[in-house]
Amino acid sequence: MSLTSSHRADGMSSKYDVLVVGGGNAALCAAIAARRGGASVLVLEGAPKFYRGGNTRHTRNMRCAHDAATEILTGPYTEEEFWEDLLRVTGGQTDEVLARHMIRESKDILNWIVEQGVRWQPSLGGTLSLGRTNSFFLGGGRAMLNALYLTAARLGVDVEYDAEVTDLVIEDGMFLAARLKRPIKGETEIRATSLVAAAGGFEANIEWLKQYWGEAADNFLIRGTPYNRGSILKMLLAKGVQEVGDPTQCHAVAIDARAPKFDGGIITRHDSVVFGIVVNKHSQRFYDEGEDLWPKRYAIWGRLVAAQPDQIAYIIFDSTVVTSFMPTLFPPIAGQTIAELAGKLTLDPAALEKTITEFNAAVQPGTFDHTILDDCRTEGITPQKTHWARRIETPPYLAYPVRPGITFTYLGTRVTKEARMLMADGKPSANMFAAGEIMAGNVLGKGYAAGMGMTIGSVFGRIAGQEAARHAKN
Amino acid sequence: MHGTRILDEADRLMTVCNSCRYCEGLCAVFPAMEMRRAFSDGDLNYLANLCHSCGACYVDCQFSPPHEFNVNVPQTLAIARAESYAAYAWPQALSGAFARNGLVISIVAALSMAAFIFGFSAVNDHSVLFGVHTGPGAFYKLMPHNAMAALFGAAFLYAILALVMSVRAFWRDIGTPIGGRADGGSIFQAIRDAGELRYLHGGGVGCNNEDERPTDRRKLYHHLTFYGFLLCFAATSVATLYHYLWGREAPYPWWDLPVVLGTLGGIGLIVGPVGLFIAKSRRAPELLDEQRYGMDVGFIAMLFLTGFTGLALLVLRETAAMGPLLALHLGAVFALFITMPYGKFVHGIYRFAALVRYAQERRSDAS
Repeated sequence: MSLTSSHRADGMSSKYDVLVVGGGNAALCAAIAARRGGASVLVLEGAPKFYRGGNTRHTRNMRCAHDAATEILTGPYTEEEFWEDLLRVTGGQTDEVLARHMIRESKDILNWIVEQGVRWQPSLGGTLSLGRTNSFFLGGGRAMLNALYLTAARLGVDVEYDAEVTDLVIEDGMFLAARLKRPIKGETEIRATSLVAAAGGFEANIEWLKQYWGEAADNFLIRGTPYNRGSILKMLLAKGVQEVGDPTQCHAVAIDARAPKFDGGIITRHDSVVFGIVVNKHSQRFYDEGEDLWPKRYAIWGRLVAAQPDQIAYIIFDSTVVTSFMPTLFPPIAGQTIAELAGKLTLDPAALEKTITEFNAAVQPGTFDHTILDDCRTEGITPQKTHWARRIETPPYLAYPVRPGITFTYLGTRVTKEARMLMADGKPSANMFAAGEIMAGNVLGKGYAAGMGMTIGSVFGRIAGQEAARHAKN
Repeated sequence: MHGTRILDEADRLMTVCNSCRYCEGLCAVFPAMEMRRAFSDGDLNYLANLCHSCGACYVDCQFSPPHEFNVNVPQTLAIARAESYAAYAWPQALSGAFARNGLVISIVAALSMAAFIFGFSAVNDHSVLFGVHTGPGAFYKLMPHNAMAALFGAAFLYAILALVMSVRAFWRDIGTPIGGRADGGSIFQAIRDAGELRYLHGGGVGCNNEDERPTDRRKLYHHLTFYGFLLCFAATSVATLYHYLWGREAPYPWWDLPVVLGTLGGIGLIVGPVGLFIAKSRRAPELLDEQRYGMDVGFIAMLFLTGFTGLALLVLRETAAMGPLLALHLGAVFALFITMPYGKFVHGIYRFAALVRYAQERRSDAS
């Protein structure tokens, strides 16, 4: 194979067989698969090297179907069960053909990804509920990325960082070239026979989020890097690629309000909601804190807080439950009295005292068990707390301030089973493929189940890479 | 907060890490951390000494610099570890030896070797010092065996005493219940973990040294050094038995057990320290406690000197160089012994104690 000569042939601009835009799990799986398929490959990562990989940096596991327990998985997780889980979390908003194909392919990904240098470990402490379904990356998502980048480099994939794409040259659904903000080896245009777009969603693009959320988006915290701006997605949709997924929706969880604006990752999350109550800035409760078990309850609170005034809320509990959940990055704010706590939270002390007094009075006797939907509930207040309701009465009183933490967006490019983009007129693109969050909306119309983002990334990344290479080699 | 700035930083990092836990499969530090929600000085010193500095958690961390959370566990624990050596040193009056350790070790080594040369030439006639001695008892023409045994026995016993007292203070500080005894099973587990350097392994792929490409070089060089040291120690022990049980006096022929053990050990003590030194100088500075460069290199140099002078003595023992070389070798070994409790040697002792504690915790956690 004459790699070095082939992409330098015309002298006008670089020409690769496959251009991968993006630098996360999907992009690297595509790059590796394309390279293994015999193509010359260039990866353009818009972020600097340290921040490479988009949301993959913060992931920790992948959900793959498997027919038997493995060294790190405690039992089988059949294709059918995976499909049922997907159907449940999406409420049916999924493309069955694509989804079933992904689930089938995920079985092989479990081994394929190891062949690319990624190492598995059993589920982490505090995540036992995922021990059967999800394989965890040893060392986390950045370790996974490091392994993929090392493999890509060893295979001869070229990678450029800080490589922001400002425009895609597309004619009649045919990708021709990508224009760069910063020249690479003196060139500002990269041509390639095939394109794999794996550049994620637009969750870090506050201006874009504002189109749907208004000024409230200014109070959103972004859990990933500031580089997930969705610029490639926007270009593709503007140039006639068919869109998929609800543009107004994003996955959001409640995270600590003291977290940085960007890239606080997983460690700013709070899962203490069930152990207390949640009030808004007017010290009013606004939702049943005991509605459902983790992880479902975990994923609804971001949106609930987003709907509150100033997009802020406070989880309030007492000293008896402090050790019931994982230790937190930021310590709880404490007060010996409710009034003192309210003062520290800049809430109206009288209002907070009233809310807690009413809540305590409404708590019914029961047997507390946070692992099941127990019988500890309130009566006579609205909203009700339907499970795990216990009086808040043992000082010090404690609180975590929380804001919506945006994880990812659902809007994407429609693709076929071959990860080939579909144009708005329904015709498949000749040479454009998509993988990862940028096309996750095909499979995941709404909702989320742990590890699915990585499944979509690896499965469609590999498919996109193989197909892109096949196209380039023909 | 804690007594020192570095323990405050270690506490901050363990709080960050405890809310993440992605690294729990990499080594023993993170599972030990997860057994706690708050960290005393003793806890942090325990975690610091449990860390083998493989570097994997730095390369794998999404929050390492330049991220604003600035998580650098290997470097922070390396500094905390070094400060813990001084904190637990016995007697405390000598803990200052850790502050400028490279200088202290060099001076002690120089004085020790000079003293042996001076002593040899003061006690012995010039013709004896530079004479050619062969056959059993050749070494003892320069220094009587009993004098040698008494001097080195005393130095060795002092080192043992100081180390025992130091590690006792450490053990009391890291343990709950305080002063709890170690059980046989945990000690056996710790011997295995230390013997194979189980946690100098990046969770299975090797250490991160100059970049994100892991290798096993440091582990290999450490094994050469450590087992070289043990072989040399075994050589001396066997020779002592030969002397007192069978009346067989050194030097021994090349094929005899003390010489074979000492030669193999000496080679380990040359190749291992040189390898460790090169690995250290190539290692990414953000993983290292550069302030303790002198301590680390001082110890490496002492081991190298011990191995090198020992092998030189073996090769040239039938020449006129034997006398001076014997003085240098004995000077190096003596300096190594008496500085053991006040130099990098202690890392092995504290780490072993931490591994015993970890094995205990794992057992009680599982039961």
